[in-house]
Amino acid sequence: MSEMAGVNRDLFHLPEEPHHPEGSSTMLGFWMYLMSDCLIFAMLFATYGVLGTSYAGGPGPRELFDLPLVALNTSMLLLSSITYGFAMLNMTERRQGPMLAWLAVTGLFGLAFLSIELYEFAHLIHEGAVPQRSAFLSSFFTLVGTHGLHVLFGTIWLVVLMVQVRLKGLIPANCRRLMCLSLFWHFLDVIWIGVFTFVYLMGMLR
Amino acid sequence: MASPMTVSPFAVSPLFGRFTLESLPLHEPIVVATFVAVALGGAALLAALTKFKLWGYLWKEWFTSVDHKKIGIMYMILGIVMLLRGFSDAIMMRLQQAIAFGGSEGYLNAHHYDQVFTAHGVIMIFFVAMPIVTGLMNYVVPLQIGARDVSFPFLNNFSFWMTASGAVLVMMSLFVGEFAQTGWLAMPPLSGIAASPGVGVDYYIWALQIAGVGTLLSGVNLIATIVKMRAPGMSMMKMPIFCWTSLCTNILIVAAFPVLTAVLALLSLDRYAGTAFFTNTLGGNPMMYVNLIWIWGHPEVYILILPMFGVFSEVTSTFSGKRLFGYTSMVYATLVITILAYLVWLHHFFTMGSGASVNSFFGITTMIISIPTGAKIFNWLFTMYRGRVRFELPMMWTVAFMITFTLGGMTGVLLAVPPADFVLHNSLFLVAHFHNVIIGGVLFGAFAAINYWWPKAFGFKLETTWGKRSFWLWVSGFYFAFVPLYVLGLMGVTRRLRTFDDPSLQIWFIIAGFGAFLIALGIAAMLVQFYVSIRDREQLRDVTGDPWNGRTLEWATSSPPPDYNFAFTPVVHDGDAWADMKARGYQRPISGYRPIHMPSNTGTGVILAALSVAFGTGMIWYVWWLAVVSIVGILAVAIGHTFNYKRDFYIPVEDVTRHEDARTTALMGAVA
Amino acid sequence: MSAAGHGQGNTAAHDHADHLNEEAHGSRKGYWAGFALSVVLTAVPFWLVMTRPLTAQATAMIIMGFAAVQMIVHMIFFLHMNRRAEGGWSMMALLFTIVVVVISLSGSLWVMYHMNENMMPAMDMSQAG
Repeated sequence: MSEMAGVNRDLFHLPEEPHHPEGSSTMLGFWMYLMSDCLIFAMLFATYGVLGTSYAGGPGPRELFDLPLVALNTSMLLLSSITYGFAMLNMTERRQGPMLAWLAVTGLFGLAFLSIELYEFAHLIHEGAVPQRSAFLSSFFTLVGTHGLHVLFGTIWLVVLMVQVRLKGLIPANCRRLMCLSLFWHFLDVIWIGVFTFVYLMGMLR
Repeated sequence: MASPMTVSPFAVSPLFGRFTLESLPLHEPIVVATFVAVALGGAALLAALTKFKLWGYLWKEWFTSVDHKKIGIMYMILGIVMLLRGFSDAIMMRLQQAIAFGGSEGYLNAHHYDQVFTAHGVIMIFFVAMPIVTGLMNYVVPLQIGARDVSFPFLNNFSFWMTASGAVLVMMSLFVGEFAQTGWLAMPPLSGIAASPGVGVDYYIWALQIAGVGTLLSGVNLIATIVKMRAPGMSMMKMPIFCWTSLCTNILIVAAFPVLTAVLALLSLDRYAGTAFFTNTLGGNPMMYVNLIWIWGHPEVYILILPMFGVFSEVTSTFSGKRLFGYTSMVYATLVITILAYLVWLHHFFTMGSGASVNSFFGITTMIISIPTGAKIFNWLFTMYRGRVRFELPMMWTVAFMITFTLGGMTGVLLAVPPADFVLHNSLFLVAHFHNVIIGGVLFGAFAAINYWWPKAFGFKLETTWGKRSFWLWVSGFYFAFVPLYVLGLMGVTRRLRTFDDPSLQIWFIIAGFGAFLIALGIAAMLVQFYVSIRDREQLRDVTGDPWNGRTLEWATSSPPPDYNFAFTPVVHDGDAWADMKARGYQRPISGYRPIHMPSNTGTGVILAALSVAFGTGMIWYVWWLAVVSIVGILAVAIGHTFNYKRDFYIPVEDVTRHEDARTTALMGAVA
Repeated sequence: MSAAGHGQGNTAAHDHADHLNEEAHGSRKGYWAGFALSVVLTAVPFWLVMTRPLTAQATAMIIMGFAAVQMIVHMIFFLHMNRRAEGGWSMMALLFTIVVVVISLSGSLWVMYHMNENMMPAMDMSQAG
């Protein structure tokens, strides 16, 4: 935009209208949205940081967390990240079939992650470690559950996009949406790094 | 956890939740009278709309419009309508406090009074100041940067309707159930389910959450617009200062409103699911809520004032006939304020007891903020210095702002000193301080902006006699209303009191009440000003599109601007782009038009917002089926919307030519 | 969704494809490198905590360091952050967000820790009033 400065000072309109391609703001706009989402998570982390040691006589992390299960869960999310990456590579190469296949694999890893998380939650609740038990458990369930809700939303979005690609093909609008979901999905991975480090691993060190 | 008084969220009627006929405040004569008045007025309005067959027009041209100018105007109307409601609350409080002495209970019972002061704060911040600020930015920014619309026009429409939905929920609480009785920030444990088992706090939560979605998305939208859609040649440092302050405001919105969303979500979990975040039991910590909400709350005050700093800059420069003094320092001052906004939040709760080290840190950062703000005041003064100042209405509001805001700023620095704050916190001194900066800054700014940009939006100027009456009533009313509160605060009177024992205080409250009465007349004068201006619009008509000899691009197009804003996108060579074009003999092209690519209108935003109201109502009244049905509906409509790929059209060249030829004729008529 | 006028629409699709290639610019090699690094950066902290060869404090420092590095790895290899994307605005937004996150997270912990220290010494509520 600024490259125009200094050219013909008497030029008040361009001979050709300036070109803003369709959807040229979308990626930046979506990135801004992700940054705002990041702040929601930051507040949940802050709440966990302040209230995470308030057990109120209830169970603490050592009695509750099952690290092998968390490791398994983490690997599901990591694998889904690289499979989404493969889908994106196929998208840039315009190979719709393999791209859809990789998206499906990604979705399955997402579902696996959600199932493991639900199993973990069910197990905790069965043990009596319900969110209402202590501020620690409230903030734990809220932080981890909010991340899980995001993964669920991402999975629904992924299915919708698969349908839209089947219907319309890899048109620019669909490619843009796939790139937005890519940002969303990898962003959730970054949040999960924070979750497994600060909640699970640091919790076991207490 | 829940007290025996509490209704369990699940032990309610499956059909109506916890709504019963007793939920209607039929025992409050004031509310019933208001309801009758509103119902009659509303019925008359609906009948008139039907009689003049305006529904189709409104739906097609306004409600579903994705035009940033129409959305901006709708935001302003929302803000002004809600100002009437928020001000009614204010004058009720002033009247109560002026008479509740010597054993008198006044005329408001505690339950009602507590709702009134809560609603006043919530409405004035979220549904008056925010819509006005967002509306101004929406209207002016795309025009100033030479764009045809915002980056995401549909999202813009959706954002407006979400804000309006929040306002609908707040208004609903007046007649169905109750509003929160907690103060405008709903601090727990008072706002917890044990102390506030009713629907009031839930109205508060869902109104703010739904409006918050709109605010956040419009923030994203305007940032993308400013970054991506500037006219060729407009580098960042050639942007009008109002665009700079808008950019910083929207950055603050995107980086602060998620905090509010998160903290209100945690409060709802405490209320609905029985978690222990902000409870006094089970390890919860109510002060964590205070901490989190002020991390949002402090940036929020800059969200309100920064755009107005932009308005005052544009107005001062235009009416002094000069380039703004110290443009670069103004930009950097704005950026510094944007960062510092995140470093001062604890000054709202010095008395929490974090100790000397923490309080000193936040006291010092707070005082530092006065430096960039002071720099701005000097920039405006130096812009006026040796300028040919025209004291039109926008400039009058600007001068009133400079004096009033400086006073408010000084009392703010006083409150920034932690030991002083220990004495003055929660007193009427604080109430006087923030009204001093919000009325003196945000509202005076809004009035300057309305008088300044009205001719752009509607093609005729606002009438000045009633405008001046309104100005003097407002300004004098402000001082009468709030100087007594400074005095009372220094005497130790705390805020939010309903009755008083000490008769020597009464005279101050009577003076403050007189001030509120003057402000009421000021508001009335302003409404008369609008009416008279619309009635006499032909005498006040401006065909040039540039009634003030403006300096920025919005004055380069017709008033009101066409849907597409500019027939040809301007090329910018200077910070004051339009002043530069005029100075160098710019000739408006009168042929060679092309078809223009524009976004299509859509009703999806209205539908999603209506479903959000239904969802909020379901959650507030524990009507679970309604909440589930409407959330599924929201998802279905939103997903369905993404299957619509045809969202734009071309304005045919004939339409552009017709509109531009009409302007050519009008301009020639004006010259002749 | 852009409302901007572009007179000659036929070039839009072509330009857009170039735009995509430039922005997606992940490569198979890049994804594998990121994945390999992430596996290591995840496995080591889990191993450290599950077998505890070091003191708690040393472990905590190391796993926080690893988390920070892994976040950067993801940013570079999966989110393709760089200084050029969107004319630098993406990076600017990210940096601003990190500043705000650091301020509000560390600030909250700091002020709440001090409040607890001052207001609830040994839970003596009679002092805290």
